[in-house]
Amino acid sequence: MSAFTAIGEEREIDREEFTPGVEPQPTWCPGCGDFGVLKALKQAMPEVGRTPDETMLVTGIGCSGKLSSYFESYGYHSIHGRSLPIARAAKLANPGLEVIAAGGDGDGYGIGGNHFMHTARENHDITYIVFNNEIFGLTKGQTSPTSPKGHKSKTQPHGSAKDPVRPLSLSLASGASYIARTAAVNPQQAKEILVEAMEHDGFAHVDFLTQCPTWNKDAGEYVPYTDVQESDEFDFDITDRREAADMMYETESRLWEGEVLTGRFYHDAERPSYSEEKQAIGEMPEEPVAERYFDEDAEWERTADELIDRHT
Amino acid sequence: MTDDTLMWRIAGGSGDGIDSTSQNFARALMRAGLDVFTHRHYPSRIRGGHTYVEVRASDTPVRSRGDGFNFLLALGDSFARNPQDDAYYGNEELKPLTEQLDDLNEGGVIVYDTGQLDEEEIAQTDLDERAEENDWHVYPMDLRNLAREHGRDVMRNTAGVGVTAALVDMDVSYFKDLVREAMSGDVMEANLEILDAAYERAQELDQTHDLTVPSGSHDGEQALMTGSNAIAYGALDAGCRFISGYPMTPWTDVFTIMAQNLPKFGGVSEQVEDEIAAAALAIGASHAGVKAMSGSSGGGFALMSEPLGLAEMTETPVVLVEAMRAGPSTGMPTKSEQADLDFVLYTSQGDSCRVVFAPANVTEAYEQTRAAFRIAYEYQLPAIVLYDQKLGGEMRNVSADFFDREPNPSLGSTLTEEELAEAAHHESGKFRRFRHDGEDGVSPRSIPGQKGGRFLATGNESNEVGHICEDPDNRVAQMDRRMRKLDAIRTDLDEEESSHQTYHGPTGAEYGILTFGSQQDTVFEAVDRLNELGHDVKALGVSDLMPYPEMEVTAFLESVEECLVVEMNASGQFRGLTQRELGRFGPKLSSLLKYDGEPFEPGEIVDGFEASVDGDQPSAGNLKYVPAAGD
Ligand SMILES: Cc1ncc(C[n+]2csc(CCOP(=O)(O)OP(=O)(O)O)c2C)c(N)n1
Ligand code: SF4
Ligand SMILES: [Mg+2]
Repeated sequence: MSAFTAIGEEREIDREEFTPGVEPQPTWCPGCGDFGVLKALKQAMPEVGRTPDETMLVTGIGCSGKLSSYFESYGYHSIHGRSLPIARAAKLANPGLEVIAAGGDGDGYGIGGNHFMHTARENHDITYIVFNNEIFGLTKGQTSPTSPKGHKSKTQPHGSAKDPVRPLSLSLASGASYIARTAAVNPQQAKEILVEAMEHDGFAHVDFLTQCPTWNKDAGEYVPYTDVQESDEFDFDITDRREAADMMYETESRLWEGEVLTGRFYHDAERPSYSEEKQAIGEMPEEPVAERYFDEDAEWERTADELIDRHT
Repeated sequence: MTDDTLMWRIAGGSGDGIDSTSQNFARALMRAGLDVFTHRHYPSRIRGGHTYVEVRASDTPVRSRGDGFNFLLALGDSFARNPQDDAYYGNEELKPLTEQLDDLNEGGVIVYDTGQLDEEEIAQTDLDERAEENDWHVYPMDLRNLAREHGRDVMRNTAGVGVTAALVDMDVSYFKDLVREAMSGDVMEANLEILDAAYERAQELDQTHDLTVPSGSHDGEQALMTGSNAIAYGALDAGCRFISGYPMTPWTDVFTIMAQNLPKFGGVSEQVEDEIAAAALAIGASHAGVKAMSGSSGGGFALMSEPLGLAEMTETPVVLVEAMRAGPSTGMPTKSEQADLDFVLYTSQGDSCRVVFAPANVTEAYEQTRAAFRIAYEYQLPAIVLYDQKLGGEMRNVSADFFDREPNPSLGSTLTEEELAEAAHHESGKFRRFRHDGEDGVSPRSIPGQKGGRFLATGNESNEVGHICEDPDNRVAQMDRRMRKLDAIRTDLDEEESSHQTYHGPTGAEYGILTFGSQQDTVFEAVDRLNELGHDVKALGVSDLMPYPEMEVTAFLESVEECLVVEMNASGQFRGLTQRELGRFGPKLSSLLKYDGEPFEPGEIVDGFEASVDGDQPSAGNLKYVPAAGD
């Protein structure tokens, strides 16, 4: 029997279970987009059918990183930019867990950019939510990797001379197998996308536009927005890498002009997840490694039996 | 000072198969009943650059490199750059011969490959002159041609081994067995023929030297191991089933051994994008219920600094290994040093709350790696195994029985679901993962996926269920609790049957030598010689660096008049640590330092000690004596 009975438990799940009794009320500023992520995530969980005890949420540092304080589950509020390596190792240790990583645009596309690229490349079966408010929120409004060119802040007094990162394109080029953008002001779509992302077997990246009314009034509230799947203007195949790439490029460019396009941009349901790849080459056991430590009858290999002979 | 043991040095270019040949040579001697020890010297280069390995073999235990050596097999560097008079590297092809000579003892033997080395060029060096002066016995042999006659040019190493066997009067069958075990088909046949032919050819020589290999025997079967093997095997037997890493010399050896063996041990190995990720993955795997490790060398370990602090704060057990090499920065990547001590003890913000062990040799490396896992998982903190290029790469024979023990898959202070059901929870249902009480500071943990174990782990200061909390009383309670773990660990280690600290020499001795990590056994050999020379001296090799073994070191220092601290760095970090931890003994402690990239030879410590008694600088080698405070 599993030592982790929460995993795979079949029962009714109420979204209120995901509100922590310890800290039910977030401390985000009034009107902050981060509330939208929390709400959409709580709504998505019952639909995905996962309980707080079988969910591990790993966050970075930033206003966004506080998500793990306001969402009831096993939580790991880590360090700036490093949620992904922690999350993916937890998934390798115990693939039965529902593993979600989350953080800000600075956290994920700046300081943690290397991990983003490689986690996408490896296609770990986890969901990554990036709270993209195009600003460093927690440190009081400095220019972030997604702030538009010319963005002025205390640390960029003459306006940023840099073109911003293209998060969707970067994700695609790196190897993510599910890529979407949604916005806090569109809770229904946000919830649906999070459900799809969690149900997807592979690295699912959700670029979540979250307005920061405190430090980034310029970006507005990401309204009005257009759902690219529902608009007549766009017709592209989200399973076609080239078409997806063009659409992402268009979407990113338009955001800098103030036009908000959201929706699903890429989906490859065929690509095996990293664990599957690793198991296929015999580098990862079928049984979760974590289970073994709780199994009193487990046989543990000894170097004395396996390795010492070759040294004699 | 010479030694009656065989100290065989094989020198060539890197890429000339020096490592594998010396390994086989050492193994053959071990099987012949001798104790062996190897010392490796190589450049940070894939092809060419002069490299050598020394194999010391004796019928009595050897635990260090010797002083110099007495048999040189110079293959020449087949990957040398073209000789250019003006270039600072000069004639590289000759270096495996010419650059060894300073260390060759009187009466020593030289065999060099005339198939690779140009005799006319050798004639232009001062080899003949020096050979005469030092009574060296020189045997030029065309090893390349010997190899070519029966196989291929690259088998000239085998020819060199055959020649050596004949010259030191060693049974060639041990080498033949190894060839048969490792090779097959034509390659095996060719190597066997070369061994015989070389042996015969050397027997025909007019031999003028009187060096022979001693004969000995072992009580039981022996295994030839490096420190890196021992660390990896200690980890596997400690139940470690996850490693994440990024290559960096010399830590790569441990990483490689783990990566090659974890799949058949049912574990997972991950080569990742950088060392920040490497440490973070190990933390993630451990948090999710697996015994996990990572590691690196200087620069890579620097990147682990922030995750290391996260593990301290979230009380996530993890074992990290740090393989020191000469710094600062990229320093000398393939050279030995012990200068990362302060760095490893204190890197990351806030007060350090970690365990650091520095094993001295192969057996300690195995034991202390196991101990690192036990302590990390029992007390929920990072434990670091600090070693260096020297220990990682040197080989020694150990009784094979030594490894015959049970694995330890315990996750330490981790609860099962049944235990969790009984454990204290917050009224909201969250598990009280970080309770203030608990005498030894440890508050048992749950693992994600367990029913009823939910909590938040955070790098922020937090309350009992892990939520961010800056209340001053909570802060003090949590800080005190975490720091209390170090006291509990010290008590735990002091109560262990065998201490990690190792003593050597007459207990009542007047003088002491204090050292840590990989220099210990070299110091011990020096202590034996010093006592033979009439000095009254003993030594203590320290492995526990945090928490510091206060009682043991205090007792040792109180028992001696003066103490020389031997370490491989320029600023006397271990001496500084000792004074800081003990708060006294400053006037008793002087330093003998070495930081030229080469580990101490026992004779250098003998010289250094003798000079220090008179307050003088040592005459030999790149040693530095720093007198005691107030002297
Ligand atoms: C290594 C490190 N560097 C800098 C910081 C300071 N810091 C905290 S959050 C943050 C940026 C936050 O921006 P973002 O990731 O976009 O998150 P947001 O607050 O906007 O949600 C910075 C620079 C830190 N905590 N750690
Ligand atoms: S600073 Fe901005 S991102 Fe942070 S909580 Fe306030 S509104 Fe939200
Ligand atoms: Mg931001």
